[in-house]
Amino acid sequence: MLEARTAPSRATLVAVPAIAVALTLLCGFLLFTAIGSPPEKVAYAFFVQPFASVGAIGEVLLKTGPLLLVAQGLAIGYRADIWNIGAEGQLIVGAICASVLAIAFETSTSPFLLPAMILAGAAGGAAWAGIAALLRVRFGASEILTTFMLSSVALQLLYFLVTGPLKDPMGFNFPQSVMFGDAALFAPLIPGTRANTSLLMGLAATLVAWVFMARTTAGFRLMVGGLAPAAARYAGFSQTRAIWIGLLAGGACAGLAGVGEVAGPLGMLQRTLSPGYGFAAIIVAFLGGLNPIGIVFAALVMAVIYVGGDYAVVSAGVPNASATILQGFLLVFYLAASLLFTHRIRWRKAAVAEGSAP
Amino acid sequence: MNDVLLRLEGITKRYGSLAANDDVALTVRRGEIHAVLGENGAGKSTLMKVIYGVTRPDAGEVLWKGAPVSMRNPAEARTLGIGMVFQHFSLFETMTVAENISMALPDSPRDLAPRIREAGARLGLPVDPDAPVHALSVGERQRVEIIRCLLQDPDLIIMDEPTAVLSPSAVPALFETLRRIAGEGRAIIFISHKLEEIRALCHTATIMRGGKVVATVDPTATTADDLARLMIGSALPHPVRPPRELSPKPALTVDDLVLPAADPFAMALDHIALKVHPGEIVGIAGVSGNGQAELVRVLSGETRLPSQEAPRVRLEESSVGDLGPRDRRRMGLAFVPEERLGRGAVPQLSLADNAYLTAAGLGLSTRGFIRFAAVKAFAESLIAGNDVRCSGPDAPARSLSGGNLQKFIVGREMALAPKVLIVSQPTWGVDVGAAAAIRQRLVDMAGKGAAILVISDELDEILETADRLHVIFRGRLSPSVPATVDRDRIGLAMAGDFAALAAVAPDRSLAHA
Repeated sequence: MLEARTAPSRATLVAVPAIAVALTLLCGFLLFTAIGSPPEKVAYAFFVQPFASVGAIGEVLLKTGPLLLVAQGLAIGYRADIWNIGAEGQLIVGAICASVLAIAFETSTSPFLLPAMILAGAAGGAAWAGIAALLRVRFGASEILTTFMLSSVALQLLYFLVTGPLKDPMGFNFPQSVMFGDAALFAPLIPGTRANTSLLMGLAATLVAWVFMARTTAGFRLMVGGLAPAAARYAGFSQTRAIWIGLLAGGACAGLAGVGEVAGPLGMLQRTLSPGYGFAAIIVAFLGGLNPIGIVFAALVMAVIYVGGDYAVVSAGVPNASATILQGFLLVFYLAASLLFTHRIRWRKAAVAEGSAP
Repeated sequence: MNDVLLRLEGITKRYGSLAANDDVALTVRRGEIHAVLGENGAGKSTLMKVIYGVTRPDAGEVLWKGAPVSMRNPAEARTLGIGMVFQHFSLFETMTVAENISMALPDSPRDLAPRIREAGARLGLPVDPDAPVHALSVGERQRVEIIRCLLQDPDLIIMDEPTAVLSPSAVPALFETLRRIAGEGRAIIFISHKLEEIRALCHTATIMRGGKVVATVDPTATTADDLARLMIGSALPHPVRPPRELSPKPALTVDDLVLPAADPFAMALDHIALKVHPGEIVGIAGVSGNGQAELVRVLSGETRLPSQEAPRVRLEESSVGDLGPRDRRRMGLAFVPEERLGRGAVPQLSLADNAYLTAAGLGLSTRGFIRFAAVKAFAESLIAGNDVRCSGPDAPARSLSGGNLQKFIVGREMALAPKVLIVSQPTWGVDVGAAAAIRQRLVDMAGKGAAILVISDELDEILETADRLHVIFRGRLSPSVPATVDRDRIGLAMAGDFAALAAVAPDRSLAHA
């Protein structure tokens, strides 16, 4: 049986993710070796290659940006017990909204185009999450289900647009839009890399999230609502408002991440927008302990897994799904480690007469 | 004497610099009901842990039936014949009574069923062995715990505040059972801080204070005031109520409030009317579960009425029935809920954060940003001003004892300087000294012109603090009567017979315009 530990220590915040990452690497390594990949090459791909060149570091930072952005937004909701798991869909809608502007003003050179796309993306992502918020507030529909289902809707919307209205007429029928003009593209942050403003937006979101959660009354109310709903009701903190803030923050951040993709490495709207950033960011948010600073490190770890996975596919011949498998390991080990840090296992039958509640 | 069952000599147990038990001696004889009396932190729990084998003393000897014993765990204590009934039940709700009991004994539920019935009949503990525990009332669950303990045939049973969970009407039956158990030659250690119960039940009382035994007395020959004085080291203060002028305008009015039950376990409110004037304390007596929780939620704003019914609850002249707790707090209503952890305070958060929970309006924030220094200073003032024992404003709320957290919450709500203060179970789990202090502060606040509504299970508490009282029964509220009314009549009303109060002359001293 499991028994709650009386005082989960502060070390939990660091130890749990560290153990989860270590076990993930170990199991990933064993798994890839077992299916016949040369172990030294797998290790090299994951531990050395992502840091071996400016370009590789740039790739890590490129992937850190959207993960960081999305995870910061999600964590605000998660701390308030609002479970938005559809950031992938909100990212797609944000990307679509920004792309519509970029395509409509394809030849524009206005310096206002990119800021307008950023706003449109954030608004689009927030609106998509807002549907779930409305359904929850008005009809009590679980946001866990609605946000997830709306992700599928967003994906179908994207497929429709890139094969229909937004398809590049000169694109040989490929499911993609026209290439964006230069005014609709982020410049690389560091020459020779593809890392872009998305990372800066992620860091800005980190700062805002930290100030919001640690310093403001609104953040405090969200936190109380997540920790003790009855206390929030007693204090008079509105749950409706918490639902709106939690979902809109996550949606807006995911939408921004979508802008970062289409206006960054992709340069167009296409069928595959995101390698699952919206879902990986859920793991990032938890791995970071829902703490804005912790999430920065968690996003870096996840980005290394993505990039290392890509290298390992090429150099060590691991399956394409390797990054997904490692993400799965990470989530499972994180949940297990976190449970064992807050609870202890008792192997004997419950000592009923000793007053420990079952 | 050979009927001595348990003798403790020189028991000392230290936790760091704190001596939880300091040279404690205790003698328990067969057939004796022995009270161990003391405030929170007096060392009762530590002593019971020593007797039940949970902790080992640093010094001193435990003699069981004349021979020194050293128990390493409760299982060894049970083998010797020492049983314990805890205040918090440890029963699996989805299992039957017999299945639960079988977990503590080698026998199967089927074999146990007749023994459960037999013990129940013998000792006045009727309980159906095949009933699922979730269908049992609190009192019935306690019977299951007692039977489970008895079927292990102990010579000594430790009972940790067994009446704390019972309604007043269920207490006499428990006492009868305990007398029968003692009549079988078993001894009972009865832990409590309710003085009248000890005087009614126990043969001997060992009184502890600050880890030491201060006296061993015959409680039947000692007055409650004397017991209290021994327990807290000074005379038990009763609230002093100076006469005061009542304003004719009520600060809180409830007008013909009707509220259907929100779920099958809730009580519907049936045409409730009450008024609380500035300067007076009004009590609501009644056995818990008769609609107190539902009424209090409507008053606090946690349950909001539809806007057309807003005038059913009024603060001074304003209709507030459709407003939430924050709006009502801004208009001068403060509220202490009965659940401290999870409602009155967030368990995981620090006392400073919990001070901020309802007191943000006391200048603790600017433009939506929390002023941490001010919050901390406020929390420190609450801790110092209310004698809250804790490690400081950073201590998480759940690390405090129930009584200390209650003092903190009561202090916080009083610091809001409310016009109307609603207090639900003001002194549940609070020791006698602190309870007296809380009651005195309620009286003082009323003296300064606050209107106070006290909802309590403990009739004594209401009689001691309130000027008038209502009785609540199945969602109906009796008319108010002066708190000088004969308590037997109130008891009848608590069982549903409001007519018993009607014989009392209506209270004309207060403005019922």
